[in-house]
Amino acid sequence: MSEMPDFVSTSLVSTLADMAPPRRAAGVWRSAWRRFRRDGVGVVALAVVAAYAVLIACTGSGLVARHWQDEVGVPDAPPSFLGAPARATAGAAAPASAAAAAPAALDIADVDPLAPRYKEWNERAAQYHAQARPVAASLPFGGDRLGRDVLSKALKGTQISVSVGVLAAIVATLIGATLGALAGFFGGRVGDLVEWVYNVLTAVPEILLFFAFAAVFGRGISTLVLIMGLTGWTGQYRQVRAEFIKHSRREYVRAAEAIGASAGARMFRHILPNVSHVILVRMSLMVVGFIKAEVILSYLALGVATDQVSWGTMLAESQNELVLGHWWQLAAATIAMAVFVTAFSLMADAWRDALDPKLRGQR
Amino acid sequence: MTAPLKVENLQVAFRLHDADGRAHRVEAVGREGQGVSFEVPANTTVALVGESGSGKSVTAMALVRLLPRNAECAGRVLWRGDDLLQAPRAHMQRLRGHEIACVFQDPMSSLNPVLTVGAQIAEPLHKHLLMGRAAARARALELLAEVGIPEPRQRIDAYPHQLSGGQQQRVMIAMALACEPQLLIADEPTTALDVTIQRQILELLARLQAQRGLSMLFISHDLGVVGEIAQQVVVMRQGTVRERGTVADLFASPKDAYTKALLACRPRLDERPRRLTVIDDVLAEPAGAVAAPVREVDLDLDPRRADDDDPVVLQVDGLCKSFWLRSGLFGRMEFKAVQDVRFTLRRGHTLGVVGESGSGKTTMGLTLLRLHDAASGPLAGRVLFHGHDLLALAPADRLAMRRRIQIVFQNPYEALNPRFTIGQTLVEPMTIHGIGADAPGRERRARDWLVRVGLDADAMHKYPHEFSGGQRQRIAIARSLTLSPDVLVLDEAVAALDVSVQAQVLNLLKDLQDELGLAYIFISHDLAVVRFMADDVMVMKDGRVVEHRRTETLLAHPQDDYTRRLIGAVAQGPGPATPAQRALERPTAPRP
Repeated sequence: MSEMPDFVSTSLVSTLADMAPPRRAAGVWRSAWRRFRRDGVGVVALAVVAAYAVLIACTGSGLVARHWQDEVGVPDAPPSFLGAPARATAGAAAPASAAAAAPAALDIADVDPLAPRYKEWNERAAQYHAQARPVAASLPFGGDRLGRDVLSKALKGTQISVSVGVLAAIVATLIGATLGALAGFFGGRVGDLVEWVYNVLTAVPEILLFFAFAAVFGRGISTLVLIMGLTGWTGQYRQVRAEFIKHSRREYVRAAEAIGASAGARMFRHILPNVSHVILVRMSLMVVGFIKAEVILSYLALGVATDQVSWGTMLAESQNELVLGHWWQLAAATIAMAVFVTAFSLMADAWRDALDPKLRGQR
Repeated sequence: MTAPLKVENLQVAFRLHDADGRAHRVEAVGREGQGVSFEVPANTTVALVGESGSGKSVTAMALVRLLPRNAECAGRVLWRGDDLLQAPRAHMQRLRGHEIACVFQDPMSSLNPVLTVGAQIAEPLHKHLLMGRAAARARALELLAEVGIPEPRQRIDAYPHQLSGGQQQRVMIAMALACEPQLLIADEPTTALDVTIQRQILELLARLQAQRGLSMLFISHDLGVVGEIAQQVVVMRQGTVRERGTVADLFASPKDAYTKALLACRPRLDERPRRLTVIDDVLAEPAGAVAAPVREVDLDLDPRRADDDDPVVLQVDGLCKSFWLRSGLFGRMEFKAVQDVRFTLRRGHTLGVVGESGSGKTTMGLTLLRLHDAASGPLAGRVLFHGHDLLALAPADRLAMRRRIQIVFQNPYEALNPRFTIGQTLVEPMTIHGIGADAPGRERRARDWLVRVGLDADAMHKYPHEFSGGQRQRIAIARSLTLSPDVLVLDEAVAALDVSVQAQVLNLLKDLQDELGLAYIFISHDLAVVRFMADDVMVMKDGRVVEHRRTETLLAHPQDDYTRRLIGAVAQGPGPATPAQRALERPTAPRP
């Protein structure tokens, strides 16, 4: 838990850095970047995603939301902007009224044989001073059932959810792209074999696979990444395979073979850079899909461990709170997720347009 | 009689965005306010001729308003007195296909693959003539018979993929003629077809034009074709009209320097110059000197030819290559693509390989380089290269041999990796084969080769998309030559290039051959180009060698029927008999 976030946040930042034009392959990437910059929506989306990346870097390094587990407010503390909680004043008034009513009532100590003992225990208990921390009556965006700050939870949850999505997308891309490249480039027996694996895997409903993997590996971030990576590579595989089939018949690959380039060189030095944009765009779409999948899995209690927080666990908790009218945890998780997923989808879309050679010059 | 179609000062510009997103206009037709003007008289074929980028197709599409939305047109296009550029959209839709019909270059992509041929011909009949089903079908049958489709009753229910390329183009023509148009716009209708098929389609178009009294606007890059089919010619270059006139005048005494250059730079069947004239040579001449004969210096015959004492580089014996085709669920069928090919290639010589598509000439070239997957089908015969049998080599030894036989592909836009700089493209083969001491040394060599093929050394850091087709083909040639090969297989290496660029690349190839003693295997469908390049010619048909002799002998006295057909199909400009006349004399026999 302590190491994971750093690695996660840096990997996300580096993923984003990869999307920015690398210096050497200027020709294609720089012109794609120029086209991307013309897309206003895309640029705004990129800015939002970059802001999230900064946020995740901050939570990952412990600058923000390190103490999200501390119970800093009263249970179910409302957001500050709603004013002081009405229930807190009612609770404080109740003992006072009870004390006022006491003399009139029958004193139960007169008939209770255990009364002296109770008295002794009370005196003894009074000697211990419970160091009750002062808790706030209201929190910036409210508190949960245990009085934890919902805003901190949302920040920490963002880090976990996004990093799970990104990591799973990377794993799935590695598997899918490698298998797709092999199947598409070699075809024949190799292609048939991989195609069989693909067909068998896609024949099983995904949610069943999730349950099966979760039962074997137990809960946790790495399990989630593994599950989603192992089940989610199929789309990437199909697309990369199709691209490799198309490209391996093109003349520049033939020409590379004629000058003596090995199969590996043709696959990875010649074809891969020509299909990298497809892989990249597919991967960004997968990030969105995996984030949503994580939310669903955590909601079904198959997701992150109980001492961790993600958008999914927040949503699962908020189900009970909502009955009592405590909507803020639901709102925090929903807003954080909706903004990120929308921005990321729009950004991926803008990249797709910018990188697609067929759309060049039409906009 | 006034001409039905008059184009007055037509200008077309496209609104584009450059890489930085700034909008700008690109003039496609017309320059600096000076537009294109010509007219198409009734019962006449007018040809628009030009190289790529001349604006000829854009002009034609502007007439029928089929340009993309970012095009801006100015000027007037008068069709029987109406200005088509101002006409309402509904009016244009009534005109298109009814009074004005179009035939495009590639029949394969112009026909809808999921509709039968009959349904596609019937569509304009329903739409424009409001014919019923039965009447439209009967008319479609007539039209199919008229354009020379054999057994129209069976073919009317065929899908496009069940027809050959030539038949598809015939169907396109039948569709265009369905509503009895007065004007037929044919945009490169024969470019995608084999020479013999091209000949048939030209004859068909000429016959239909004469029989129906059509006006035809024929767009082509090939002056030879134009000379045979058109009565009037409009030569375009870079969006402007360079010259207009009748075919006879234009071919006999061209006035414009560019027209002269176009006529001069095309290789011909009847002579073999040492070098081809290049457009720049002609255009560079001062305006006063245009009367000077253009080809005077170039008429010397090649002194190097017919030297049979050169050492043998490559000896091919009984070469066969088959492919496995799937048939049924588990079965497979052997398709013999190349059968029993034998030839001897000497140092500094060129072997021309001629044939139509599907004749196995490209497969033969790729087989020599072992560029086919071993699982694709069996391979037999011997390819002796400096005494080693290339087909019997172990994979490990093959790499060393591969260096010495190189290939240049047809399409210069495809053959270079778009994500490699030119420098990377040229250095890679040397790195693989360990040529040159170190990276800077290899880069120096790459730079030398670039200069040698006529490019600037600063091209090293550019990407392929920054070059024109001719320049890319030079780069592809340079890449092959970095390995200092003995044999270069040129697979239709100039087929995708404009005539003027083609002449430059052919000259370059000749120079390199003289300088380096390269042996070429020159695969082409174009006999005129082969005539210019090759010492020997091998004619292939259905995977077999039909005829293999010295170029002059073969062209002068072809023995085989097929060779004769190929030679006869080469378009040579206006001759004693135009296809129209020939077609009227003997009705074209329908071909399956």
